[in-house]
Amino acid sequence: MTPSQYAVILVDSTSHAMRIERLLTQHQIECKLIPVPRQLSSDCGVCVRFLQSEREKVVQRLNDTGIEVQGIFDI
Amino acid sequence: MIYFDNTATSFPKPPCVLEAMAKFMNEIGANPGRSGHRLAIESGRIVYSAREALAELFHITDPPRIVFTANVTEALNLALNGLVKPGDHVITSSLEHNSMMRPLRCLEQQGIELTVVQCSPQGRLDPSNIESAIRPNTVMVALNHASNVIGTILPIAAVGQIARQHDLLLLVDAAQTAGVLSIDMERDGIDLLGFTGHKSLYGPMGTGGLIIGERVDIEKFEPIKCGGTGSRSEQEQQPEFLPDKFESGTPNAVGLAGLNASVRWILEQGLDQIRSHEIRLTKRLLDGLSSIPGVTIYGEQDPEKQIATVSFNILGKQPSEIGLRLDEEFGILCRVGLHCSPASHKTIGTFSTGTVRFGLGFFNTEDEVDIAIAAVRKIAEEGR
Repeated sequence: MTPSQYAVILVDSTSHAMRIERLLTQHQIECKLIPVPRQLSSDCGVCVRFLQSEREKVVQRLNDTGIEVQGIFDI
Repeated sequence: MIYFDNTATSFPKPPCVLEAMAKFMNEIGANPGRSGHRLAIESGRIVYSAREALAELFHITDPPRIVFTANVTEALNLALNGLVKPGDHVITSSLEHNSMMRPLRCLEQQGIELTVVQCSPQGRLDPSNIESAIRPNTVMVALNHASNVIGTILPIAAVGQIARQHDLLLLVDAAQTAGVLSIDMERDGIDLLGFTGHKSLYGPMGTGGLIIGERVDIEKFEPIKCGGTGSRSEQEQQPEFLPDKFESGTPNAVGLAGLNASVRWILEQGLDQIRSHEIRLTKRLLDGLSSIPGVTIYGEQDPEKQIATVSFNILGKQPSEIGLRLDEEFGILCRVGLHCSPASHKTIGTFSTGTVRFGLGFFNTEDEVDIAIAAVRKIAEEGR
């Protein structure tokens, strides 16, 4: 698989994904909810995709609000 | 036709509720939290948006702490069955609806201890009676926020303080007050808040929820149903995080689309405006009914101390007979009898025939109240 410019945030549930989507959008960080890539998890849920170049900002926002995530992975 | 049965369920609903539900069924339809395609995500977004709206209404910061259920009965059953174990002691009031009382009585059979604190015939609960009922094994105080029979508002915040001092959980049944009275879980010391969507939240039936406060130990909180959540699908064990731990099975997404719209409608109106309209109507109704000879009104008879629910009787007439005449001759729809709350009727002294209950709502008018007063006067005068 060719590396992309994206990373994804894996979370526990759709509710968390929605919450992060709302948070990032509020702070003008472009993101999109997508199905969890198969190579990362067998979960049938969604995750939050964003541009790798925004990673620092994303981590900052997540830390500020204390939302727990499973992890952030480049895809 | 005059609909005075809003205590049972509010009707009509704001038009935006029907629009949101029709839009969901026509344009979205997919299963929220399952699959990752655009419609599933949109469906999930609507469900989450309902969580956010409710979080704003009840002043909580973490929307996933809202667990959706089919109604408040399911929410109370979840809280009680999930947290109370044999040998534990629970305190409740003599003003509870059967949605609280029956699960408690059922648990009593299974070995919990239960104290039902007696309220006054006006429905007044003295918080110090809660405090003196506390035992070493007390784990929870479980209370109605307002009576579904006489409308009396219970002193939740005072009980909340007592509960915190003694490290007890406070479970509140907000079936009649969510969307009318200001509820702030932190300010009022509420640990578990059960609500239903179809009464004063003006949403559809089949929606409700339990809000789980931060003092509740999620690890020790057992779900009452397990199943698919759309998350952690590789595991055969129930996930441990909120809200999924307690939200198995496909939710009532179309209902939640309606609830999302109705709660946002309430936030737009403002609780103050809704409450003051209901106070105005309640005052008019109480003034009118109390001027009719032979009519007995129950409860506080003070619009500031009750919600827009008024129970009364007419001397020499059965509630069932009055209810039928109000419907057939005057087109006034209300509920008579025991209102699923034998405990309340024993408290106010109307067990076992019950009362006539007028449940007013935001869409009722002063003219309707006047027509109803005239109808009750006519029925009361005939028997004299």
